[in-house]
Formats: sequence, C-alpha cells, structure tokens
Amino acid sequence: MPKAPAPGGADSPPAPPRLELTDITKRFGPLLANDRINLSGNRQSIHAVLGENGAGKSTLMNILFGLYQPDGGQIRIDGRRTTIASPRHALALGIGMVHQHFMQVPTLSVIENIVLGGRGSGVGRKRHGRRIAALAEQFGFDIDLDARIGQLPIGMQQRAEILKLLYHEAEILILDEPTSVLTPVEIDPFFDVLRNLRGAGKTVLLITHKMDEVMAVADRVTVLRHGRVMTSVTTAETTPAHLVELMVGRGIAPLPRRDDGRRGPAFLSLDRVSAVNDRGTPALQDVSLTVHQGEILAIAGVDGNGQSELAEVITGLRPLAGGAIAAGGRNLDGVSVAARRHEVGIGYIPEDRQRTGLVLTHSIAWNTVLRAFWRHPFARAGLLRPRRIRDHAIRLVDRFDVRLQSIDQEARVLSGGNQQKVIVARELDGRPRVLVVAQPTKGLDVGAIDFVQRHLLEERDRGAAILYISTELEHLLDVADRVGVLFRGRLVALMDRAEATSVRIGAAMAGLADAAEASAVTDGVP
Amino acid sequence: MIDLLTNPSALVEFLSTCLRLSVPLVFAALGGVLCERSGVFNIALEGMILAGAFGAAVGAFLSGGPAGGLAVGILCGMAIGAVLAVLGISLRANQIVVGIALNLFVLSITAYLARIVFGGQANTMRLNGFEHTPVPLLSDLPIIGKPLFGQDPLVVVMLVTVGAVWFLLFRTRFGLAVRAVGEAPGAVDTAGLSVTGLRYACVLGSGALAAMGGCYLVLSQIYLFSEDMSAGKGFIALAAVILGRWHPVGAFLACLLFGLFDALQLRLQFTNPDVPHEFFTMLPYLVTLVALVGLVGRPTPPRAIGRPYRREGD
Repeated sequence: MPKAPAPGGADSPPAPPRLELTDITKRFGPLLANDRINLSGNRQSIHAVLGENGAGKSTLMNILFGLYQPDGGQIRIDGRRTTIASPRHALALGIGMVHQHFMQVPTLSVIENIVLGGRGSGVGRKRHGRRIAALAEQFGFDIDLDARIGQLPIGMQQRAEILKLLYHEAEILILDEPTSVLTPVEIDPFFDVLRNLRGAGKTVLLITHKMDEVMAVADRVTVLRHGRVMTSVTTAETTPAHLVELMVGRGIAPLPRRDDGRRGPAFLSLDRVSAVNDRGTPALQDVSLTVHQGEILAIAGVDGNGQSELAEVITGLRPLAGGAIAAGGRNLDGVSVAARRHEVGIGYIPEDRQRTGLVLTHSIAWNTVLRAFWRHPFARAGLLRPRRIRDHAIRLVDRFDVRLQSIDQEARVLSGGNQQKVIVARELDGRPRVLVVAQPTKGLDVGAIDFVQRHLLEERDRGAAILYISTELEHLLDVADRVGVLFRGRLVALMDRAEATSVRIGAAMAGLADAAEASAVTDGVP
Repeated sequence: MIDLLTNPSALVEFLSTCLRLSVPLVFAALGGVLCERSGVFNIALEGMILAGAFGAAVGAFLSGGPAGGLAVGILCGMAIGAVLAVLGISLRANQIVVGIALNLFVLSITAYLARIVFGGQANTMRLNGFEHTPVPLLSDLPIIGKPLFGQDPLVVVMLVTVGAVWFLLFRTRFGLAVRAVGEAPGAVDTAGLSVTGLRYACVLGSGALAAMGGCYLVLSQIYLFSEDMSAGKGFIALAAVILGRWHPVGAFLACLLFGLFDALQLRLQFTNPDVPHEFFTMLPYLVTLVALVGLVGRPTPPRAIGRPYRREGD
C-alpha cells in the first residue's frame, strides 16, 4: 500500500486540500442522486456532511469509496486528479470508510478483522499485535484485541472498525452515521475519538443528520438536500436552526409541550412483572408500572437492560415468568397477540422495523394489513379481498404521507423514514387504546422524527395510553409525561417530566440511583 | 466382538478397515469444509466423488498407472466445481438446486461414458492402482501403525491433507479471508479483496479434494469404475462437515466415526448371517441421523452460506 503523504506538521497555506470533489454528478435512472456536488476536506479537520435520508449523502460517499463511478465531475486527492475504481483502490489512496452497518466478521477476533485484506502473511497476534496495540494506545482505544468482535459492545466494535482504517494507513476517514448505533453514554467518548483523529492530522468526513453532533465536533459543515449542496460553512458561522431549515427545506417548529399533568384514568398496569430473555437469563425483574390514558410514560435506559423484553411481554410476544399485566381491568394472562391487538387494542411499533415491523419482500399494501388480513373487511370466508386491501393501503399512505411510487412496491425499497411511517400508519389506524412504542426515532432523519413524534402526541391527546421506550434521550424528553428508567431489568427510577433532567436520568441509566429511591419506586406504584 | 479387545491382530485389522472406509469420506468432507467456509453450499460432493472416481479410472486406463488416474480424477472433480461456481456464484442460482442437479448429471454421464470408454471389460478389468507402501518406522508403531501408515499412499496423503487444510484455514491470510467471506462477504469486499475470486478458489479446491476421495475408491480399493460407486458417501461427508462444525479436524473425526460404524456393520454381517444384511447396512446412516439430531447441539453454519453476494446498491 503506497503510503499517503505525511501530514507534515504545520500545513503551509498554499497546499491543496487533501480531498477535493468538484461537480460530482450521479444518476440512477430518472433520479439525480448527486447534482454537481462540491466538497473539500482539509488535513486535521472534521467535516460534517449533513442531510436527510435520501439527500444523496450515501451515494456521494460510495463514490468516494469506489463502489460507484460518478457520471461527471472530478475527484482530487492532495491536488492530484484521480478516479477511484474500487474499494481496494480507495484504501490504497488512503480513503477508509466506517459503514453504518459495520463491515466486520463477528466470529473473528479484533486483530483478525483488522489484518483482513492487508498485505503480508500470517494472521496471529505475534506478527501484528504490537503495531495494532500501539495504534490503539496512541488513539486512546481501550480494546481487547483478542476478543471476538461479535461479543464486544457496539461502541467497541466501532472502535475496532476505526482502528482497522488506521492500521491500513487511511488519511481520509469517512464515518457514515456513526452515532446512530451508539447509546447516549457512548457518544461523548466517541467525540473524543474524532478529536484525537483530527489531532493526528486526519481528515474526517462525518455523515450525519443530527444537528447536535455537527455543532459539537465538526469544523465545517456541508448541507445536502435532494442531491444538491445547499451550503458549506464553518460551524462557527451558522446556527442549528439555520442548518435544519436548509436540510429539511422548512423550519421545524418545536413540539408542543404540555405540563399540566392532565391525564385520564389508569389503563395499562404491570404488577411485579418478570421475564427471561432468549438466552434464558432474567431480563425483567419485578417491574411494576401503570400507564394512564392520555399519557406517555417513557422508559429510558441503556440498550439491553430489558427494554425489548418489556415491549414483548406487553404485546404478548414473550411469556411472563412472573407477575401480571392488565389492560382496562382485563388480565392479559393467556390472551394471544392477535387478541391483544384486536380485542384489547394494543398497538405496537417495534424496535426492529425491518424484521419485526415489516415483511420487506412483500408489497407496501400487504404490509399495511399484516396484523388484520384475516379479518373483516380484508377477508371474507377465508378469502382475501385484494381491492379492500388496496383501498385501505391507499387511504393510509395518503393520510400518513408515505413517499412511494406505488403501494405494490416491496417494502424494502422504501427509505427508513417511510418504512417507519408505514408501521405507524398500520398501528395507529385502529385507534389503539394502548401503544407500545420501541425506539421509534432510531435512524430516522429530522423530518421523519418530527412526523412520528407529532403523531404519537396526537394519539396521546386522543386518549391512548402510550409506553414509549427509547435510548435516545433528547427525543424521549420531547414527548414524555413521565419518565422511568430500566437498569438490569429493574425499574430503578420513575419521575414526572418536570423533575426529569438528563443528569438524573443519566445517573439512573448508569445504575447510580440510590437504593432508597429505587425501592420507593417499586413501592410507590399501585 | 469380544475378540477385538482380546486379540490385537483382529483389532489392527478392524481399525484398518475403519480407516479404509473413512478415506473417501474424509477427502470429500475436507472439500465440503473448504467450500462451505467460503459461504457456498456444496451438495455436489457426491457428484464430485463420482466424477473423481470416473476420471481416475479413465486416467489409469489410458496412462496405465495410478498417477495419471489421480491427475485426471482431480481435473474431473474441479470441472464439476467449476460448474457449481459459475452457476452458484456468478449467476447466483440456488446452490442447493445446482448441487442436486450436478449429482444427478454426474451419475448419468459417468455411467454412459464408462460404457463408451471401457466397453465390455468395464466390470472385469483390473486397473493399475496404488500399491500398499508402508511408511518406514511409523508403520511399526503398535496398533495404529498399520492402519494409518501401513496402507497405500493415499491414506498418508489424506492425513497430511487434514493438517494442510487446517493450516490453510487458520494460519494463513488466505484462510482468514475464506473464513471471513463465509461470514461477512461485505467485510471482505470493503477490505479490498475479491469475494468472487475467493469463493471460486474454494469451490474448485473442494472439487479437487472430493475427487481424491473418488480416486481412492478406484485406485486403492476396487481397481475399476462401476456405476454409482460413490453410493451416498458424499452425503455422509456432508453430514460429517456439520457434525465436525465446519472444522477440518472435526470433520475428520466425524468421518472416522462413520467409518467405524461402517466397519462394525460389515463385521456384524459376517458374524450374523441369519439377519438380513440390509439391517446392518443401515447402521452408518442411522448413526448419521442420530448424530446430527442428537449429539451436536446447535451447530452454527457460516453466516453467509448459500447466499450469493450482492454489493449494496447493486
């Protein structure tokens, strides 16, 4: 691998930028994914590329990584014009990419993943361990190099991925939505990693749709919308509100707040609920809580502390190991998933929208009736009624503004935001009395998040009892009326929105809530 | 049965039979491990063994010696591998269906070609095969010496191949890439390696290895080619791949287990002439079923197995 030119201490001003894209254009059929895009990245800088899903960020990065060839425009690296023929060529030019879904082999160790594809021979720790360990130390990565990647927490996997690029001597690092997989507590350390990279002279391209990230770490930001550059400025000379407006094409009004504590009677109640996870170990222990009609009870917590299991026991997907769940006075013991949906009125927006929420290879129309297709009016005497299903689907995608070409398209072709809209449409359509919502904003862009949140608030105001489970604290606090925190399967804190500061929630999420408060929580709930 | 424990020479004889019966399985299973580790289903092991056997017979018949037989046999196996690779990797056909089709194709074409090449002497000729050539010193080891090192050269080649495949997979860059491409081809692609190239290499190698099992049948055991002489060995090898958890040494041991039961059933046939022999013939296959269902727990195959790779956005 040819070594990229050394950063060379103080850059003399006339030096060309490390990376310069001029008039990059890429077409997919009728769609102009990238329209004359200009972008440059200097040494020792963090450059954010901001845009909603579908704005053309990924296309641009795939061009830079050699996966796509541009239809027009020029790429210059260190002032020299080049074409990037393949990922291998991109690596050779010193361009490395951390994909949103990590390109890792879970069954191999960190070292094996890092040396994969590099030059040289041998695979073991002896040959390569020392250099990798030195790099890890230089950038402050505390990582077990012999652990299997699949067993590491996701933040560590991400570091391994970055370490891989450093090992392959990448000078330009592209990070695609790097924080979308991280939990809140992992985000600040991750920003430190980015600053370390900058400090070492690297050029970091941060692909994101999160404003706070841009303002926190980036030096410059380029905003894309509909494949075009809207602006390119230093973060010092712009404001988050302005960026949002450029990115979305309109201003996003803050969500309405309601602090009057108004709410209806108790509806969904969990009494000392316990459950085990798929590995058979306890996931929920003695969780007691009550959700009132017209209330959003938000559940915060670091991912993997029992949130998925909580959603599953309420919707009936997972059996209880102990305790009881009741909705509207009816004990749900032995009530099937379908009966919970249609008789009790429990709607469910699942965490994994691609696996649990949708059948990706089926049409959008079919996906809108996934939970009711055997019932009136979609079937009669065991036969489906395609016209009814289509009419229903058309009505829903209209009402919920799903952007699509046809309801006969497979669900997989939709963007993440539109996939979520299909699920929200399906689950909200039956006027559910209970809504279990898991990670509803994860991976969505600003516009889609706003859409989902507003619809949930609308449902609350209509009188639904909503359990809102999320690891994204800022979005959770936007809609919550009360906030509970799960830690190791226990509800360790429960507070009104007015008392719920990020500091308090954060402490509870880390398991630092004092024992007195924790016991008060379980005792205090009827 | 008791005499196996009391009479050392009977035990040595029994172990030798065991190993003889395992050899074709081991070669085929190693081919299966290599292929499936790279993420390609190889149901065609059976056909590859048979193609190897046919090639070995033709090669030995035309060249007059076992070396020519081995070479032609391996080429035939690789040819089958090439078809599997083109259809299952490049053209992204369903690898299971392609494998089944190849097995049926090889079965018919070899039967037909054998009649043309060998004519009337097909069932009476005796090809020049490998001689028993004991390895000096090693073959004098007590008990295991004769079974492992006192037979013909392909047995020793098999032992070396087990080690070689292990070394290749777990101690070389190529092996690392193979293991990676079977789990996460996207990672290999973005690391700048060729997913297709790696998989082609493994499928071709798998054809060569499985064919050596067929060569052994012809050149060391029967000395002629007969129709369907692979007789389901490829499928037992497939079971051994799973039982051995896609590990060359594991697969080797699983094959020995099947060989053991095969040898046992042969013995039982001789000692119990009143019982219909079919009951004993079933034994290794029953063991296969029981082993796959009962003993292995939950084997986890390479994650990307059977899924042709497609770059995101393609």
